[in-house]
Amino acid sequence: MFTALKRIIRAGWLNFSRHAGISAATIFIMVLTITMISSLFLLKGVSEFLIATLQEKVDISVYFKATTEEDDILRAKDELAKVPEVKEVRYISREEALARFIERYKNNETIMESLREIGNPLLASLNIKAWQASQYSAVTDFFDKPVYKELVDKVDYQERKPVIEKVFSLSANVNRTGLIFAAVLAVFAVLVAFNAIRMAIHDSREEIGVMRLVGASNLFIRLPFVLQGSLCGIIAGLLSLTLLAAAAYFLSPKVEMISGFNLWQYFNANFRIVLAIDFAAAIILGIFSSAIAVRKYLRV
Amino acid sequence: MIVFNNVSKIYPAGGCRDSLTVALDSVSFKISKNEFVSIAGRSGAGKTTLFRLLMAEEKPTKGRIFFDDQDVQKIRPGKVYRLRRRLGAVFQDYKLLRDKTAHENIAYVLEVIGANRDEIERDVPEVLRIVGLADKANNFPHELSGGERQRVAIARALIHRPEVILADEPTGNLDPYNTSEIIKLLLKIHELGTTVVLATHNKEIINSLRKRVISLENGKVIRDEENGRFIL
Repeated sequence: MFTALKRIIRAGWLNFSRHAGISAATIFIMVLTITMISSLFLLKGVSEFLIATLQEKVDISVYFKATTEEDDILRAKDELAKVPEVKEVRYISREEALARFIERYKNNETIMESLREIGNPLLASLNIKAWQASQYSAVTDFFDKPVYKELVDKVDYQERKPVIEKVFSLSANVNRTGLIFAAVLAVFAVLVAFNAIRMAIHDSREEIGVMRLVGASNLFIRLPFVLQGSLCGIIAGLLSLTLLAAAAYFLSPKVEMISGFNLWQYFNANFRIVLAIDFAAAIILGIFSSAIAVRKYLRV
Repeated sequence: MIVFNNVSKIYPAGGCRDSLTVALDSVSFKISKNEFVSIAGRSGAGKTTLFRLLMAEEKPTKGRIFFDDQDVQKIRPGKVYRLRRRLGAVFQDYKLLRDKTAHENIAYVLEVIGANRDEIERDVPEVLRIVGLADKANNFPHELSGGERQRVAIARALIHRPEVILADEPTGNLDPYNTSEIIKLLLKIHELGTTVVLATHNKEIINSLRKRVISLENGKVIRDEENGRFIL
């Protein structure tokens, strides 16, 4: 058993090294394929970050009447935080609202002048973020209860509804399109790599026939090719990982400047996943493609 | 040991189903252990088809073939290697593994049957010496002449001491000197107790052997004689 294994490994290595040109071509195609599959994962990170940033900007505000006590507002805030659809609630007092307003319009003398005349016209509010666009109606329902209705002056949901729905539908579309694009690209890449390995083995079809004629069992013929395929896969995996790391490192500053996303940090944080995708793709491609391709020529 | 019982093999001519080529037509004969039998016939007489059927490369259209009472047709594709390990085949086009050296080509057969390293290191140089290629052990097939390639093929066929050597036109591509050397080798193998079946269209070889000759013409056995001669 051990002797047979040793012979198979040696034969696999000889196949690999004596067909250096074909091995190199196969590795090249596999590097492209694996890099493509792994970069889909990195792209997923970028798009998730962009979608999250966009969704982060979506919220609604509930304005309380000037007569409402701060304690009542804070109680409403605590109750609202318990609603499962609510992701985040932030209290903005009248003073804080005024400070923000002044900060924004400090250079507009007319507004500042009017403000000095009328005092603080702004109301205290709760700034609310939900997990999904459809969940904002649950927030408005919450404030429809009689106990809160008399405290609330206005909920700006209806005004913001079209924008909220547009943002969330855009996010869903980006996710769905990304998924389809990734799947199509992955299938395409796998087919290209499979074909490259198949072509390499096609070159050995006569040899496979001879091996059969001199009494080699199918396993004894197939395993060296499978080993050769996985060797190509492992080398392609290592090269692809190096390529991805270099791309992530050098592109990171530019990507961060455009989108705020730190690609290099994301690559490092998810290194194990990238490594797993990389080598799983490499070895599965190498092993399965060669096993399937040899099978075709084992019928002599 | 080998029995062909009313065997026919019919191929569609040029892949066309309407037209048929009869490669073998109701062929019957028996070959006993330790015999040296020549299969004589012109090109296209059915000699190669006969070997292909015996090695289970193809199935007969009709009839049955037995190797030591085992029906060759009934061997499952995954188990054919067991039959082939009992045979040693020499082909006109050598069929050597092009990416293996002469030594590796011969050692491959021993590796396949699970021989240990010591046996390989002992037997391969010995057989290379017998076929006169001790100094070409590390040459690849493309670095050898036709005669040398055929000698490697013979060495490969006999290295695992098979019960039968099937030699299909082994001298077809060789000059007279190499032809004579190869035939001498086959006779030597036979003397050591191996059954040899030699297919050839070479009249001189058959007439010089003075062994049993089965003559084929258009897929039919037209003559089967001890101490036969090439008469077609």
